[in-house]
Amino acid sequence: MTAFYLILAGVILAMAFHALMTRPNLLRKLMALNIFTSAVFLFLVTLARMAEPLDPIPHAMVLTGIVVTVSTTAVGLALLVRLYRRSGSLTLQSTDDD
Amino acid sequence: MAVFDLILGLLLVVLVWKSLSVSDLFGAVISFMAFGLLMAVAWVRLEAPDIALAEAAIGSGLTGALLFSTLGRLPHSEARQPVVSRTVRNGPGYWMTTGFWWVLAILLSIAFLFSLLDLQTPGLGGLLQERLPESGVLNPVTAVLLNFRSLDTVMEIAVLLLAVVVAWSMGTVVWPVKRTLPSPLLPGFVRLLTPFFLLVSFSLLWRGSHAPGGAFPSGAVLAAAGILLLLAGKTTRICPRFMFWLRWILAVGLLVFVFAGVSLMVAGYGFLVYPEQWAGALILLIEVSAGVSIGAMLMALYIGGEPDIHSA
Repeated sequence: MTAFYLILAGVILAMAFHALMTRPNLLRKLMALNIFTSAVFLFLVTLARMAEPLDPIPHAMVLTGIVVTVSTTAVGLALLVRLYRRSGSLTLQSTDDD
Repeated sequence: MAVFDLILGLLLVVLVWKSLSVSDLFGAVISFMAFGLLMAVAWVRLEAPDIALAEAAIGSGLTGALLFSTLGRLPHSEARQPVVSRTVRNGPGYWMTTGFWWVLAILLSIAFLFSLLDLQTPGLGGLLQERLPESGVLNPVTAVLLNFRSLDTVMEIAVLLLAVVVAWSMGTVVWPVKRTLPSPLLPGFVRLLTPFFLLVSFSLLWRGSHAPGGAFPSGAVLAAAGILLLLAGKTTRICPRFMFWLRWILAVGLLVFVFAGVSLMVAGYGFLVYPEQWAGALILLIEVSAGVSIGAMLMALYIGGEPDIHSA
């Protein structure tokens, strides 16, 4: 069962990484970043589950990580709203690029 | 149960795909929240109930609320507009960029799978079990968070406070005004629910010492209650005195934590090295102040800027 969750973490990691790099929309990038961290957490917690006995230290690390992710997301969203008010766009590409 | 895991994994992958590719941002956020809730189920399957609570409350619930409040601040067309139409979907440039990142993502996952072949599992569980009686609490995760690795938790609260400071420094927002909604249903419902929210929040805080729970889920439930009250139009008027106390409430978690650490240093122990007979009481004090602060900070992040006292 743990092997399955490790592979799942890898699949989600790759999908989120790809989206983080290719999506132009910044809100989408923030969601991809959140999913990326979830995949890393999944990996850590599965490792903790494989240890004998169950190792709660990665659990504590992941709890810290979740709160730090929320802080990052909140700051990112505040910047995003600010950017939108200035430029009227949710992307960093200028319109004359394409 | 293997079938259950398989279905769960499949659903998670589909929801990730949807939240990253569905053209409509509103739908993408919904998929993202569903992903968070299913992740909470995955945490339970992996015997991590503490993380399940935090993920459901903070990772999915509050992040979802933050994303929705951001969408609410953008014009309606932006939230519902297909994002794809903005990008150029042809030309060698597009295909080269996308192809490059696809290759890199696949290489990343292959490297990841190879790293699984000789995986070393962490093995501190036995050691932790042995030293648990010294920590003053019975829940191993709380023991790590607030005793053995309490410095990490100080920094975590500092990061959260920093996020609030950054959000506030980017300008003021209009404080939601007290209003009567056209339908009495939501305010009535919220009035019924608020005491339960407070009860659950307190119980999570209290349980933290011996069972899954603790300051973070408790603070998140508190923040959820506050956000619901705002949505139901039940707010207080803000005045300078209110802002004064709000600043103290936001900072009290970090202040109590650092003050406890420094006074222990003065008393001849290390920074946040608790003497065994005081550990339980100190952890409780820190958890209560941190819980209240975390609730206030998460709500401040939801509001998204410094409340403008002249607007009220």
